[in-house]
Amino acid sequence: MQLTVWTYEGPPHVGAMRIATAMTDLHYVLHAPQGDTYADLLFTMIERRKKRPPVTYTTFQARDLGGDTSQLFMDAARDAQERFQPAAMIVGASCTGELIQDDPGGLSKTMGLPIPVIPLELPSYSKKENWGASETFYQVARTIAPQGPDKVEADYKSCNIIGPTALGFRHRDDVREIVGLIESMGIHVNVVAPLDASVHDILRLKQADFNVCLYPETGLTTCTWLKRQFRQPHTKTVPIGVNATIDFMRELAELTGISDEECETLVQENEVRLPWYSRSIDSTYLTGKRVYLFGDATHVIAMARVAQKEMGYQVVGMGTYSREFARDVREAAELYGIEALITDDYLEVEEQVQNLQPELVLGSQMERHIAKRLGLPCAVISAPVHVQDFPARYSPQMGFEGANVLFDTLVHPLTMGLEEHLLHMFRDDFEFNDAAGPSHLGHGSSKTAPASATSDETQEKVSNGPLTWTMEAEKELKKIPFFVRGKARRNTEKFAGELGLAEITMETLYEAKSHFSR
Amino acid sequence: MSLTRDEINLPQVTGCNERPVLKQRGQHEVFCGLTGIMWLHRKIQDAFFLIVGSRTCAHLMQSAAGVMIFAEPRFGTAIMEERDLAGIADMHDELDSVVEKLLARRPEIRLLFLVGSCPSEVIKLDLGRAAERLAVEHSPDVRILNYSGSGIETTFTQGEDACLAALVPSLPPEPDQAPAALMVVGALADVVEDQFARLFEEMGIGPVRFLPARLADDMPSVGPNTVYLLAQPFLTDTARALEERGATLLQAPFPLGAEGTTAWLKTAADAFGVDEATFNAVIEKPKQRAERAIELHRDKLEGKSVFFFPDSQLEIPLARFLGNELGMVATEVGTPYLNKRLLAHDLNALPESAHVSEGQDVDLQLDRCRDERPDIVVCGLGLANPLEVEGITTKWSIELVFTPIQGYEQAGDLAELFARPLNRRTRLEV
Ligand code: SF4
Repeated sequence: MQLTVWTYEGPPHVGAMRIATAMTDLHYVLHAPQGDTYADLLFTMIERRKKRPPVTYTTFQARDLGGDTSQLFMDAARDAQERFQPAAMIVGASCTGELIQDDPGGLSKTMGLPIPVIPLELPSYSKKENWGASETFYQVARTIAPQGPDKVEADYKSCNIIGPTALGFRHRDDVREIVGLIESMGIHVNVVAPLDASVHDILRLKQADFNVCLYPETGLTTCTWLKRQFRQPHTKTVPIGVNATIDFMRELAELTGISDEECETLVQENEVRLPWYSRSIDSTYLTGKRVYLFGDATHVIAMARVAQKEMGYQVVGMGTYSREFARDVREAAELYGIEALITDDYLEVEEQVQNLQPELVLGSQMERHIAKRLGLPCAVISAPVHVQDFPARYSPQMGFEGANVLFDTLVHPLTMGLEEHLLHMFRDDFEFNDAAGPSHLGHGSSKTAPASATSDETQEKVSNGPLTWTMEAEKELKKIPFFVRGKARRNTEKFAGELGLAEITMETLYEAKSHFSR
Repeated sequence: MSLTRDEINLPQVTGCNERPVLKQRGQHEVFCGLTGIMWLHRKIQDAFFLIVGSRTCAHLMQSAAGVMIFAEPRFGTAIMEERDLAGIADMHDELDSVVEKLLARRPEIRLLFLVGSCPSEVIKLDLGRAAERLAVEHSPDVRILNYSGSGIETTFTQGEDACLAALVPSLPPEPDQAPAALMVVGALADVVEDQFARLFEEMGIGPVRFLPARLADDMPSVGPNTVYLLAQPFLTDTARALEERGATLLQAPFPLGAEGTTAWLKTAADAFGVDEATFNAVIEKPKQRAERAIELHRDKLEGKSVFFFPDSQLEIPLARFLGNELGMVATEVGTPYLNKRLLAHDLNALPESAHVSEGQDVDLQLDRCRDERPDIVVCGLGLANPLEVEGITTKWSIELVFTPIQGYEQAGDLAELFARPLNRRTRLEV
């Protein structure tokens, strides 16, 4: 038993819903109690989808349990087939359905439905959402794809894009960006799946020469199977960031026989602003900013590279809740000389963030809350998602336009370089008072304290501890800009603590400053 | 004013007029009772709600209302894992250690609810026994109770019913000779509770006690001298539990809108022998304010049709309010469960043209809704946007549960909740 308040991932049947909802004519019959229908709102409210997810819940009740819940399931499945006329159906159970052991897969086989029915075994008490999505799509592909026509030889190269789902973090925009990139290289995109794919499209998977594994969390199992089954190789690079996108293009070139020179020309044809923006002198202040990353494996690995190599930040900590990809994240962390945190307990993440005192947190909605509480700037780079993660504008993370978006995403939460100095210089001016956050974050310059400053203040009180500050030192501390003051206080107290000092003087403050300066 | 129980004028017991009720059994598109924790944990400030359930339950709690804004809320889920189910770990030992850790971390907690879920019920995990066992260990610092919020037993607001019903047996007894006392039952926003308390006070009824109280140690006492008014319509089991302790129900309409609130207050006033003049003097100003506030929205709502999907059990009193006080026309009034005794007044006030339905087959109901094309539909979050896409204006029912809507001062806000989506439609030109 594990005590949880917030979870990074939903149960595996929510992963299956992400596949059914992503596809155009697949229906999901789920043996589940009524309360599980809450999951519909993930799609209709958070993602603002225009249709209800194609899911029928049996909504069995306590009084049904003694009776015939299997009949209930079969009725629901038959009604759903008749009403929605899907091209294929997936059937399974939620956590409660699993316990009553009605075997939806077996039942539906006996029903003689006129469409393919794919049974799902998603162990709710050991697996989670991404695994459920991955497994579901794999089962769909495994059932449908072999029935398709054999590959027809063509005089062009083609690929499938595997992995994007409903409720994915920027999947919609990533797909558009990557399809464009692939087509710009003269490669044909055969099928994108599961997002916006039909069951018929799954029948055509075989027609591609290779697969692009866009999101390993949801696509790798299927890509691996396609490789084994139809000898379609798949890509390894996730094209997030400038360098990864170039690597990705090189990988495509190799898979399709485009020469190195040709590939370099193709790379040059793309316009991307990140490299110049990063080199422009205004970005100097970004140098060595301490960054902490947490999220799904794909985004954390890719974003660490962007942060360190393309923005000039320093990755001081990273981790993931994707246990299935723990090894990859550990390997990536080694590149920065750190150890990855693998956990699905947000309290552990919070503790690590607190200890590492990063200047920027890149994470999911969960880390956004953690950062807010600790008064740290944060940008969201990974699921779990929130309604804000489905912006109206085109906002991919992948490809060259994605890299431009990332530059903005990674800079936006910070106080800009010149502004940092100005805030310091005019700290007593009413417009630049401590309560004024970064001007572009819309807190305005009013006297109402923005969240970051407030939590900074509270922390100051909390961290007072047994150490006393002399008036003079306290006054000096106030001269330090508010956004680094909390850190200065903590460092000084830590330093004093280590030396066993009971009182902090101005001297101690500066000693500590030099001790911790990098 | 101190009356004995025998001096209380009980209102006449009102039965339900005959009317056809469409009963359906198909897919329900509703929350389970766990969702009640979202407002209950804010209401009882030193209570913690520990769900014994699955990852689904935890996910529901964080998704259903975007409650992640509360940094460390007073609820959590003990997620059962494979090893618990396989019997490798003893579930009761596991639960004990979770509770141990939790209480060590949250020393301010005085009341702990172990909340059952579908999985805990299907495997017949005896939370009652667990609560008794844990109570021995942790009393008197922490009281430990249990109830079920599972989706196989409860629908949405029934979670609150189950919680309060679990609380009733633990309420302190009222001495037999105590004067008659009024209890208001059902979680209300603090601001509403205070307004009602003032009104009763001014009428000379009092002190009035509220269930649930804001603190675990302030829960009202109960006994044969208790008469109670329900502030929420979904409290079937709580009512039964109170009656088992000897309390008597004052059957009344629910306090929504100016008329509803007046009738509700009047029931108590009559029971306690408050004279007409005093009553009118007390309610005059707030009632006028409520009427004025409602009137502001009448032109936007009058004559508009409204269709209710079943959700909170507030549907019938809401339909009564919208029909009688704003001139709206209810076409279908769906409710997950119909308690004819508690809802008799509101139900009788609905015109015959309003079709009452109980239970749900969501696909069939959507068909009816599309056929009728009502001006506004009250429904859950899973249905709202898809209906909007079809050009049907909606009001999310969950907002009616999270927003203070009862009483005079909120009557205008309640009307506005329905007027706003319609108003929005007329503004947008995109
Ligand atoms: S319906 Fe049952 S399993 Fe689902 S969230 Fe509610 S209590 Fe948990």
